[in-house]
Amino acid sequence: MEITTITELYVFVLAGFVGYQVITRVPPLLHTPLMSATNAISAISVVGAMVIAGAHYNRVSTILGFIAVASATVNVVGGFLITDRMLRMFRPAGRGGPEGPITTGAAAPGKPVAGATPAGAAPAAGSPPSAVR
Amino acid sequence: MARTLFIETTYLVASVLFILGLRSLTNPERARRGMQLAAAGMVFAIIGTLINHEIVDYRWIAVGIGVGALIGYPLGMWVPMTAMPQQVAISHMFGALAATLVGVAEYYTAAGVVGPGRMAALGFETLFGSLTITGSLMAAGKLQEVLPGRPLTFRGQNIFNIALFAVTVGIFLFLVGHPENAALFYIMLALSLAIGVSMVLPIGAADMPVVVSLLNSYAGLASVATGFAIGNNVLIIAGALDGGSGFLLSVLMSKAMNRSFANVLFGAFGTATTAVAKTSAGLTARSISAEDAAVQLAYASLVVIVPGYGMAVAQSQHQVRELAEQIESRGGTVKYAIHPVAGRMPGHMNVLLAEANVPYDRLYDMDEINPEFERADVALVIGANDVVNPAARSDPSSPIYGMPILNADKARSVIVLKRGMNPGFAGIENDLFFQAGTSMLFGDAKASLTKLITEVKAV
Repeated sequence: MEITTITELYVFVLAGFVGYQVITRVPPLLHTPLMSATNAISAISVVGAMVIAGAHYNRVSTILGFIAVASATVNVVGGFLITDRMLRMFRPAGRGGPEGPITTGAAAPGKPVAGATPAGAAPAAGSPPSAVR
Repeated sequence: MARTLFIETTYLVASVLFILGLRSLTNPERARRGMQLAAAGMVFAIIGTLINHEIVDYRWIAVGIGVGALIGYPLGMWVPMTAMPQQVAISHMFGALAATLVGVAEYYTAAGVVGPGRMAALGFETLFGSLTITGSLMAAGKLQEVLPGRPLTFRGQNIFNIALFAVTVGIFLFLVGHPENAALFYIMLALSLAIGVSMVLPIGAADMPVVVSLLNSYAGLASVATGFAIGNNVLIIAGALDGGSGFLLSVLMSKAMNRSFANVLFGAFGTATTAVAKTSAGLTARSISAEDAAVQLAYASLVVIVPGYGMAVAQSQHQVRELAEQIESRGGTVKYAIHPVAGRMPGHMNVLLAEANVPYDRLYDMDEINPEFERADVALVIGANDVVNPAARSDPSSPIYGMPILNADKARSVIVLKRGMNPGFAGIENDLFFQAGTSMLFGDAKASLTKLITEVKAV
């Protein structure tokens, strides 16, 4: 048992507590987006896969790493996109009537985009917000 | 050194943004912004990783990201909301696949020269990862109806499954002490893949909300193990969030069915129980015409709609909303009663109704809506069955006895939209259908709803 392992256990246990506190407050209304969101977030394993795919340890690990990068990226891209697509649909009464007809695609460009850009997250990260939308 | 510091900083930023993102999901108003921040965090982490000094060749990374994006984009943008349960199951498969492959690659590269701690992490990662891969594929197959939705069982299955699991865990424990046994490592991998298949096949489609949540949890735990194996904190944090949320959801789902985990996993619900349960002999259900049903709805002051999996199958959520609008335009109030396990995954009905532009403040959880049924003039049950079966309250011999249900039977009158008199997925007769105030409107939900809309307009 190394000291770093203990540190990692600290991280795990504390993250577990934080996660529990946060997730128990998510209303059942958003349980499906919660699932796809956590799934997208855990696709962070892409960073581990990237190192293996790019490190030239040996041919086998490069190929496995490549497949791992691809499958994790599926979840990064697909997971965040679908979470956003779902969250976009949840509207309170009195909104979304006139400009939100039946298809979600038509409702999208209107207000949500305008609401998201001024805060500055979009320019900061370049490609990601476009990936999000 | 500066490099490592930069990379670790991006990971820290990512971790914070992930937690903030999930926190934003407590409020539908802020959720979108929060998740966009989380996505930005992910991009930071990916950019940070690119300067890792171990990476000498970017070609495979670039191609991998390209291929992943090509598959991920259509999965994220074009999959219809009705197919969401399958989509979620498939994405658990991809997550687990990534974790498993990282584990295998690490083990292969280390050529068996690993300490017991790292071996434990790698073994755990491979074990949970690979059983999630095949388990999720089976679940997706059942949800997509490529595989039969009923439980697939054989004699002695539970003993077989438990033995299989015990052997695999045994190999895992042995490997922790003797990590140089490469052959055993790959045998463990193969057995874990087999566990995923044999664990999910015997579970009926109606129990998929629990299974999907549980697989969500396993995929997260596999990511945690990856984090331990490669010493990466952001993986541990993200995996813990994923694993924790999946676990909590599966507990909630099990509670909503009044069943234990063990019962869901080993119960093979809906096979043997059907024969002994109450039969419909001697009871008659009253059927109703769309015209009469429309009159009831048009003059109701409170209508509670109970959607179920049948609404998802018929893809009739838009018609439901349209009918509700018609009722509302005549002065009635419409509320939706959402049972936690209605549909095939947590929150399934909410997503479908939100897609049809039903405002989310009309969607009520079971505890909020149950006291309201007594005041309701009509409870309109659309393709739901077991979640409104009063036997869960009154009949101790019923297999679903004790399960919390929506009290649709307390409404002044009940209209049930149903294709035919087949029992629900649990295979149990529903007393609600034979109750005095209940009338059945037979037919495909979409067709029936369309008729109701025209008739309500005409009233």
